Amino acid sequence: MIDAARIDDGVAVVPPKDNYINRAYSIKSWLLTKDHKRIAILYLITITFFFFLGGAFAVMIRLELLTPHSDLVQPETYNKFFTMHGVVMVFLFLIPSVPATLGNFLVPIMIGAKDLAFPKINLLSWYILVVGAAFILYAVVAGGVDTGWTFYTPYSSTYSNSYVMAAAIGVFITGFSSILTGLNFIVTIHTMRAPGMTWYRLPLFIWSHYATSLIMVLGTPVIAVTILLVGLERVFRVGIFDPAIGGDPILFQHLFWFYSHPAVYIMLLPGMGVISELIAAFSRKNIFGYKFVAFASLGIAIYGFLVWGHHMFTSGQSIYGSLIFSFLSYFVAIPSAIKVFNWTATLYRGSISYDTPMLYALGFIGFFLIGGTTGLFLAAIGLDIHVHDTYFVVAHFHYVMVGGTVMAYLGGLHYWWPKLTGRMYPEGWARLSALIIFVGFNLTFFPQFILGYMGMPRRYAAYPDDPIWQMLNVFSTAGASILGAGYLLPMIYLPWSMRYGKYAPANPWGATGLEWQTSSPPPTENFEETPIVTWEPYEYRPREEKVVVNKILPTD
Amino acid sequence: MNSLSLIRNFPLFPDQASTVADKVDGLFFFITAVSVFFSVLVVAFIFYFFIKYRRRSPDEVPRPIEGSNKLEITWTVIPFGIAMLMFVGGAYVYFTMARPPRDTMDIYVVGKQWMWKIQHPEGNREINELHVPVNTSIRLTMTTEDVLHSFYIPDFRIKQDVVPGRYTTMWFKATKPGKYHIFCAEYCGTNHSGMIGTVYVMEPSEYEAWLSGGAAEGSLASQGQKVFQDLACNTCHRSDAQGRGPVLDGIFGKSVQLQNGQTLVADESYLRESILNPNAKTVAGFQPIMPTFQGQVSEEQLLQLIAYIKSLGAQGGQQQQGSINTPAQSNARPTSVPTTASQANRGGAPNSNTTSTGAGANQTGTPARQGNRQQ
Repeated sequence: MIDAARIDDGVAVVPPKDNYINRAYSIKSWLLTKDHKRIAILYLITITFFFFLGGAFAVMIRLELLTPHSDLVQPETYNKFFTMHGVVMVFLFLIPSVPATLGNFLVPIMIGAKDLAFPKINLLSWYILVVGAAFILYAVVAGGVDTGWTFYTPYSSTYSNSYVMAAAIGVFITGFSSILTGLNFIVTIHTMRAPGMTWYRLPLFIWSHYATSLIMVLGTPVIAVTILLVGLERVFRVGIFDPAIGGDPILFQHLFWFYSHPAVYIMLLPGMGVISELIAAFSRKNIFGYKFVAFASLGIAIYGFLVWGHHMFTSGQSIYGSLIFSFLSYFVAIPSAIKVFNWTATLYRGSISYDTPMLYALGFIGFFLIGGTTGLFLAAIGLDIHVHDTYFVVAHFHYVMVGGTVMAYLGGLHYWWPKLTGRMYPEGWARLSALIIFVGFNLTFFPQFILGYMGMPRRYAAYPDDPIWQMLNVFSTAGASILGAGYLLPMIYLPWSMRYGKYAPANPWGATGLEWQTSSPPPTENFEETPIVTWEPYEYRPREEKVVVNKILPTD
Repeated sequence: MNSLSLIRNFPLFPDQASTVADKVDGLFFFITAVSVFFSVLVVAFIFYFFIKYRRRSPDEVPRPIEGSNKLEITWTVIPFGIAMLMFVGGAYVYFTMARPPRDTMDIYVVGKQWMWKIQHPEGNREINELHVPVNTSIRLTMTTEDVLHSFYIPDFRIKQDVVPGRYTTMWFKATKPGKYHIFCAEYCGTNHSGMIGTVYVMEPSEYEAWLSGGAAEGSLASQGQKVFQDLACNTCHRSDAQGRGPVLDGIFGKSVQLQNGQTLVADESYLRESILNPNAKTVAGFQPIMPTFQGQVSEEQLLQLIAYIKSLGAQGGQQQQGSINTPAQSNARPTSVPTTASQANRGGAPNSNTTSTGAGANQTGTPARQGNRQQ
């Protein structure tokens, strides 16, 4: 039994003598490390860079849209901004975000393992990401890409004069990084669980990473092949997608969304795993309906593969095809709803604290409610015809991807920050930034729902000179500046805390979970001795009941 | 599914100017109501729990609660039922949009980076403007010369991607005279946001007046007839059943028996395919000898040809009337260079936008076989 909820207050916390950070200091010791925790930090630095690069493009987009006319930059440049915003954010930030950083750090620790199953492959997958990212960066620096992140044919394969191939090769390569990460997680979760760590004792974070890994391994090869085909057509004029040389442009959309819809769940499911951990830890409750939440993750992963056609209701696909995709899309809504209801029910009779990670979790649920329910609008075909490819869709997926995934990522980063670094972040600043992000985000993206329903198409460098459209765009840009400030704050106080923050105890939150039983930061081997798991997940119990429980547990 | 009239004039809401707009908005309000209800419910519970069960002392630990299958089933089944209502509503509205009524007025749209080219059956052409009469069902048959586009009229709540190499259709019935935005909704390159236009919905009398102001080149069908003769289609496709190709009179909308035993309805897409890739679906009883016209006819000419073939079905008198217009040119076809010319033309296909219907050098690709026969 874990003695949860005991915080070592008043006792001077000293950092563990030997941990993964102070083991060696040379650059080489980082770049050639096989320690999953160090690799997680490498990923953290990499994706933080790309988050701000993608964010810079977003700033340019919002500035251009302050006025109806295309006056800040040329339309061609604007098209490159939104393309590179999308490519960088999706492939270099969102997809690796939670799994490659928090997942890499925590999956082995949470199941009581010393490392991932294939530590060298883990390092390799980081290098692959870096190589892919280098190609994408080259495309950005050389002159940009203007196809949109969706690379729709025949524009991308025949007509665009921008650096499509460099970006496509970059995306192709980064795909292998996520395939290898997924493979590593699957094997690790299957084979390396500590004694007593049965499947139903796994934290929900692990379940969601397991589901995510399945999508990574099964879905990513499809996008890789699709991009290869675009390259074949572009370079060698093999007719695959361009009807002028005998191809079918709709085929590209089928192949692209066959991956890219499940990819939405690659981005979201790990975040949902984080939220389950946060809700449990900060209400000190076992997750209500643990098995339902766990299987909801698998359900989402499986159904996610069957709904790609809902991106294509206006494409000219068969109307009966659209009907089936609409029907199946409503199926995928149910597991998401189940998760939200169970998280809410978990709070009932809990002991709820308002620490920063919990504020992020709360923000996640709020955003996900809006992002998820607007998905219901888009799954209704007759309604989607109107709002497809408008700002309604832009707002919807930002609520899910940014409101959902980024909130979960930041919440998780704060929650496990003491474990990652051995230091506490400054609580006041952190709460302030969570609040700023919440306000800024809503101001940025809520007006876009209205704009979209009024008919403003996405990817427009200029829009009709209508005072109401401009007003809504001005709100959105104003919100984006607040949001940007909210994101910059953690960039300042988190690195600051690594030097000046209070030392973190092993278990600052009084949470269950194996990661809180080892020191902060953990030793390279994670545990001094292999833990034996004898308790259920999230087993919080009042003190008086623990005595009784302890009697039936083996003592060591 | 009638929405409040208040909404119609609300500045943050688009105009309702077609027969489907009301239905789409009705669905929108239904899903909004359900979403708001459930979201508020969840948020209310969360806030209530947040306040009621806030942590009172740092080492307080509550008693665990087991899950409840009854609750899980309740909140699985009820949302699923409601979701199915949304699905049915969405499908119903969609079918209204996707199935045009029988008596539509056909207008043809060709997208091109970065403009909309529109042809009326009466022969009027316009760019980035679409004039239509109010309370009339209009069906747009659309294609593009280059990349994907999407024809979107927000105030009508309709949108359809325009795909190179094939026809897509959409229909609407405008209910209010006025001016409405046309947007290209599928990203199509540099000046995507400039590929916009205006729908002018007019009273029928005004529309007639507008129609009579244009159309210097005769009706779309007669323009098509001219192309038909310029390309010497009439040498094989004769109306007396003596030609090498099928009789085209009355073929539009009829079912056709193919050589491989299948039957299909001769619609716009089939006619288009039969001109560009004739041997893909050969009609039973005929030899696959027709050469491809890929690269020799522009998208607009294809639409004119189709309009002509349609008119052959509609009234028998049309072709005589048409043939009077251009008798000289149709007979003046030279016997010509064999098929290599058509291949030479293919290379420049994406931007070869030939709008001229006169006998130009690009139309000399008529194969020798046909020409000989004509003599």
